[in-house]
Amino acid sequence: MSETKPPLDPNLKALESEAIHIFREVAAEFERPVMLYSVGKDSSVLLHLARKAFYPGKIPFPLLHVDTGWKFKEMIAFRDRVVSDYDLDLVSHTNPRGKLEGVSPFSHGSSVYTNIMKTEALRQALDAGQYDAAFGGARRDEEASRAKERIYSFRTPDHGWDPRNQRPELWSIYNGMIRKGESVRAFPLSNWTEVDIWRYIQVEDIPIVPLYFAAPRPVVERDGMLILAEDKRLELQPGEVKRVETIRFRTLGCFPLTGAIHSTATTLDAIISELETATVSERQGRAIDRDEAGSMEKKKREGYF
Amino acid sequence: MSVNSAIAERISTDVETEAAVRTADRNARPLRLITCGSVDDGKSTLIGRLLWDTKAVKDDQADALARDDRHSQNELGLPDFALLLDGLQAEREQGITIDVAYRYFATDRRSFIVADTPGHEQYTRNMATGASTADLAVLLVDARTGILEQTRRHATIATLMGIRQFVLAVNKIDLIDYDQQRFDHIAAEFRQLALSLGVTDIKAIPMSALLGENVVVSGRSAMPWYDGPTLVNVLELATQRTAQAVGFRFPVQRVSRPNEGFRGYQGTVAGGSVKPGDSVVVLPSGTVANVKQIVTYDLVRNAAVAGDAITLVLDRPVDVARGDMIASIDAAPALGLAFEAKLVALNGEGIRADKRYWLKSSSRRQRVRVEPRSMLDLKTGQWKSSDNLPLNAIGTVHLSFDELAMFDPYETNRNTGAFILIDPDTNNTVAGGMIQTRAKSVDGIDGAERNQVLLSLPQDLANQLMASEAFAAIRDHVEIRRLNSARASAILEELD
Ligand SMILES: Nc1nc2c(ncn2[C@@H]2O[C@H](COP(=O)(O)OP(=O)(O)OP(=O)(O)O)[C@@H](O)[C@H]2O)c(=O)[nH]1
Ligand SMILES: [Mg+2]
Repeated sequence: MSETKPPLDPNLKALESEAIHIFREVAAEFERPVMLYSVGKDSSVLLHLARKAFYPGKIPFPLLHVDTGWKFKEMIAFRDRVVSDYDLDLVSHTNPRGKLEGVSPFSHGSSVYTNIMKTEALRQALDAGQYDAAFGGARRDEEASRAKERIYSFRTPDHGWDPRNQRPELWSIYNGMIRKGESVRAFPLSNWTEVDIWRYIQVEDIPIVPLYFAAPRPVVERDGMLILAEDKRLELQPGEVKRVETIRFRTLGCFPLTGAIHSTATTLDAIISELETATVSERQGRAIDRDEAGSMEKKKREGYF
Repeated sequence: MSVNSAIAERISTDVETEAAVRTADRNARPLRLITCGSVDDGKSTLIGRLLWDTKAVKDDQADALARDDRHSQNELGLPDFALLLDGLQAEREQGITIDVAYRYFATDRRSFIVADTPGHEQYTRNMATGASTADLAVLLVDARTGILEQTRRHATIATLMGIRQFVLAVNKIDLIDYDQQRFDHIAAEFRQLALSLGVTDIKAIPMSALLGENVVVSGRSAMPWYDGPTLVNVLELATQRTAQAVGFRFPVQRVSRPNEGFRGYQGTVAGGSVKPGDSVVVLPSGTVANVKQIVTYDLVRNAAVAGDAITLVLDRPVDVARGDMIASIDAAPALGLAFEAKLVALNGEGIRADKRYWLKSSSRRQRVRVEPRSMLDLKTGQWKSSDNLPLNAIGTVHLSFDELAMFDPYETNRNTGAFILIDPDTNNTVAGGMIQTRAKSVDGIDGAERNQVLLSLPQDLANQLMASEAFAAIRDHVEIRRLNSARASAILEELD
């Protein structure tokens, strides 16, 4: 961290303090917390805040990465570097059934694939670890059903979310009482916006996957999305051509389902000013969110993050 | 105006607003507001319109709204702005709001967090959730129906939770031909209600959420008789709840002991401020210590104020656990076994005297018995005596504990004066409460005839005395001033 780091402005400072408060509260109230780490920008911020929350101690819980097997290569490399740099305890889980049956976004379609390789995999990993609380980096400004979610989001023993019966959550007093088998998803970044995330990454100098910065990369256009074409498993359809274009990603997930944007933003300043004039939301580049209105809610009811 | 022309209009104004949005003072903490009021008064439509007119709705979201099969319910062909908020399937199907939605937007002058709350009485718990953290409430009334019982309930809950700024949005003014008399009548009726709640900061605005009149854009052409501010004008100038200037409060969340040499207490400052060298008391034990260090990841700090998440190191080994409170020695919170509070019953069967609950306040959770004393009759505004509180009722209660509890009055400190009740059978949160005072004890110790002794002691001896358990139990009957010895003897001399 640089010596000349400017102090946080009151908005980021309040968001940071709130997140740290949530981390500490969950760590104190639950027996087996875990932190979902998806390697994206929100996860990077989440990890940074967790390190701050427990300083000078270590993060008192493991990180969990649900690896679908179809993540960008740079994400996995970045993940491994972060784990070793910060001496983290990371559990990586891939759905064995899905792997065995060769479930892929190409063979099974985005919806079935997401259900098996993300939602089902997450449920398996949470059950295996007997985790009673799981931190996630979801923000309320991402999507309409997320905007409804509590900071402590209660889940049934089979990980279901019942949006019609959420517990009241007043002030910053969180109710962490659950029965055996039930769990809570905790969202320290609930009140952050996308711009807050980027501004915080900038002032705190948080490392992120280079795919967020613009560079010439090989892409192909499919279903109106620009897909990164560097993985051998991506087979070109008739009529598709691989081109090199200057692109970057606003959000990172599985490469076949994540659309890039044309951009020349190679610095954080450029990303932030691009964002402030953006006319589309960040989730526009995600195939799984575009299926239908309410698709995120449906996935969350089934146990998705 | 069709959906597409509405979108086209948005896009054409984008260029001018871009520069303005960029200069937004995002460095300040956002203003937190809620919309509340009775069913169907137009709360979600209003916030949807606000997001739309402040360009917080992105093109893909606008497209999705246009594609929605329920998008043009109104004769005017406008999009159903409420669908920008009502994000749950059940909400969209029923055309109502069930749970609170949090949305974020900015004008060129300020940023905002808005909580759109449901009007149905059945979902009062979700309205209370939104109200608990708000700086300001936008209370909607349908101009055709005027103030209803549910309007009163929401106004009362918002006030109880400490909201002191209200915007009365007299909505759907388009449906009563922009009738000024009707508007004046409703505004006057609300002022009466607000007065009885002790609220004086009220801005009444005639509004059409659907048409966007007096939301962001002035409605002057439709109602030339109104020359007051739009909703956004008011929001931009509203004030925020501040961390009140009270004694230092630090509820301990967890103890950090990464190695033999380090023992720190982690938590968020819940009132006042602290610096190294300050004398503090650990409650409920009453142990006294001095602050040695304020540790954060970035640096060792020389002060921390309300809202800061820190790790506190004390100068001596003392017994401190999660749920304890570290407070300034001269202005500690009230410590006791019984308190009086106001309560909103939010879940299940209501609040009963024969049941024991969990009470959680800050990081402390303890068993409590709750005896309802009175209940607010929303029709008459009168408090009447009651020994139970049905679901969604507002009442006063007597809290009694087995172990010492510590609180500030909610009026002086929202962090240390607020609590929730948890039903031990369901684990659900069943009430939100606000401490009024510590209960007066019955043995006459609070009587006016009580005798007091003035002592002048050296500081270290006084600190030791204050560290005793006996002292902790009578702390509220003690007044402390720190003076130099010359001034102390001068005062005592004066008394002789
Ligand atoms: N004409 C007219 N109709 C309006 C106005 N505001 C809202 N409406 C209509 O009133 C109906 C209810 O609006 P909502 O915004 O869903 O009401 P709400 O207060 O959010 O309802 P709940 O959250 O369920 O309590 C919708 O059909 C709106 O289109 C207005 O200013 N003028
Ligand atoms: Mg609504």
